[in-house]
Amino acid sequence: MAILVHGGTRVICQGITGSFGAVHTRGCFLYGTKMVGGVTPGKGGTKDPNGLAIFDTVHRAVKETGAEATMIFVPPGGAADAILEAADAGVRVICCITEGVPVQDMIRARAVLDEMNLKMGGGPGVSPAHQRYILIGPNCPGIITPGVRVNQDSMTGEPGKPFAKDGCKIGIMPGYIHTHVSQSRLKKAVGIVSRSGTLTYEAVWQTSRLGFGQSTCVGIGGDPVRGVNHVDCLELFADDGETDGILLIGEIGGTDEIEAARWITRARESGRLTKPVAAFIAGRTAPPGRRMGHAGAIIGGADDTADAKIKALREAGVEVALSPADMGSAMAKAMGVGVGV
Amino acid sequence: MKIHEYQARELLRSSGIPVPSGVVITGVDQAAAAFRGATEGMVSPLAVVKAQVHAGGRGKAGFVKLVRSAEEAEDAARFMLTNRMHSPQTPPEGLEVTRLLVARAADIADRAGGGKEEFYLAVTTDRATRRNVLIASREGGVEIERIAEERPEAIHKEVLHPLAGLLPFRAREAAFALGLTGKRATQAADIMVRLAKLYVELDCTLAEINPLVVTPPSAEFAEGQVLAIDAKFNFDDNGLFRQKAVSSLHDAGEENPSEARAQRFGLSYVALDGNIGCLVNGAGLAMATMDIVKLHGGEPANFLDVGGSATEEAVTEAFSIILSDDRVKGVLVNIFGGIMKCDVIAQGIINAATKHKNHDGSAGFKVPLVVRLEGTNVDQGRRLLESAKGSLPTLSAATDLADAASKVCAAVA
Repeated sequence: MAILVHGGTRVICQGITGSFGAVHTRGCFLYGTKMVGGVTPGKGGTKDPNGLAIFDTVHRAVKETGAEATMIFVPPGGAADAILEAADAGVRVICCITEGVPVQDMIRARAVLDEMNLKMGGGPGVSPAHQRYILIGPNCPGIITPGVRVNQDSMTGEPGKPFAKDGCKIGIMPGYIHTHVSQSRLKKAVGIVSRSGTLTYEAVWQTSRLGFGQSTCVGIGGDPVRGVNHVDCLELFADDGETDGILLIGEIGGTDEIEAARWITRARESGRLTKPVAAFIAGRTAPPGRRMGHAGAIIGGADDTADAKIKALREAGVEVALSPADMGSAMAKAMGVGVGV
Repeated sequence: MKIHEYQARELLRSSGIPVPSGVVITGVDQAAAAFRGATEGMVSPLAVVKAQVHAGGRGKAGFVKLVRSAEEAEDAARFMLTNRMHSPQTPPEGLEVTRLLVARAADIADRAGGGKEEFYLAVTTDRATRRNVLIASREGGVEIERIAEERPEAIHKEVLHPLAGLLPFRAREAAFALGLTGKRATQAADIMVRLAKLYVELDCTLAEINPLVVTPPSAEFAEGQVLAIDAKFNFDDNGLFRQKAVSSLHDAGEENPSEARAQRFGLSYVALDGNIGCLVNGAGLAMATMDIVKLHGGEPANFLDVGGSATEEAVTEAFSIILSDDRVKGVLVNIFGGIMKCDVIAQGIINAATKHKNHDGSAGFKVPLVVRLEGTNVDQGRRLLESAKGSLPTLSAATDLADAASKVCAAVA
């Protein structure tokens, strides 16, 4: 079933008429994602170049299209509002791609979203599978459940001839580097969770080249206050029947990866997690106190460093690659399969 | 973004948090008048002269001085404005100081049981709980990090409500927890609420008062006055678009010129100490590229995220910034093309490298340039790179990450 999104997921884009929103709506549309419309306040009633209906509000879009997921490209000042508008309209998977959202906006938005989840029986401590609203990002590449490649002539898919079927790409990642498990050499699928964009693509690429498919890849984003974290995705992958191994990609800053290590230890003891886990942590050479591109990637205390995270993950039995060139092979090693290309 | 102490004091003052009177001067000739103004009405005049730079370690470097007369104020100003400041946080060549704060020295009440009534107060964001937090301690004036490590029980925390902010009763809890009593406690609680409000409204990442002091009883304040002596504010760069007043406080003179230039072109650049320049698309991959260079025995000269699209213009600018550092002996380009086509990126890199202007005015790349491309049309991209060797003899194409790292490390060894 993969996690969070699948071939049937109906997706809209908030900010569909902006330059990035339009480009990536098309990218998802051509990939084969079930794009059902978009939202730009004031442009309701028109259509985008792909023939998708544009609505003034998310409420109207949901009412007309039955959208279950959204891809947000609204500019930073309006992104937090867009997230809450989506939740208020009942959209379950809210994927905010926007980069540069102020931290204070995210603190407020997360608090409101957590309250909304609480009212629906979710909230802190409840498995993400039972949360009514799932936020991914902001400042993230998005989420993809790869489909079966049906278009061999194009890397991006073409109008009338999508790249894949039964897949769902929500975001800016290149779809073609992903592999559906049925088309993989090893017939095994890895779930990938990562805080970064291109580094995730690198990991996807390496696992594809080694013969793996991917069940779902989630880019959780590089900001200090965000939606789902590593632990949430680990929980979902642990329970997912289509995920055979989990690859976790972290970086300096925050304690998300330390929490992940603790969760893995507990879940192994309780028997909930039986799948192999591999990891890579970027930023071993980063100096303390300097922001390395991502707002969240800054070493503050001792737990923030790559070495502290690597140590914690190793103690939890995770196969950690020290080189970014070895992310795929670490996953293969953890899964006990050969690494011939 | 960071601001100067005198600017932070002004933010506090304008929000109703009391600070000792003071004035900023830029010349020795202004020192005497500034001293007289700051110490007006004092029986034994005492002021403090402080260099206005972002770097810490001012006190130990002699750039914070207590002065008792206009003459002493002039001497202190002359010293600070004519010498460069050297501290562990300044560049090796030291920092030029152009602005001084001359402030009234506050008299600090004695604490029952010894010491002075000095406190630490700050608001910051705890990313683990996704909440803003007020941090307060009875041990002001010293490094809070040390206290947090050695005696965490000496630090009091109050969580700000995500929508309502710091509730006044919470602030009073904190003030009483600090051992303050009577009107002193209500004054301190008021300051805490105002500081927390500033923190949220101005999109801060740190709002710190250190020390917060209590003065001895006076005619005006029978129980003493609670005052902010020194303040520090850091701001969320993502919030600056809506903080025009804060943005106007930015001091370009405090920035690394290369980092400032990179920012203007939408590049994210951090200078490091090594000799291998790195140009990468994406922050995570850029960090990972630095890591793999180090694993292969090299030392990265920088972190540089050229952004998602890696256009010819961005790459041209990035090359120019990386190579303005004379220590750079080789450059590694690592681009995961994804949606961008590798042949387009390769042509952009070739054009940028060919047009690159060296210090001596000549054009073209002189140091080894290793390029690793992955993504759509990668074979066409690599062929373009190979065929450009005629005009760019130092260029080589790498097959993957590990190959790229070992090639560039070998080239500078």
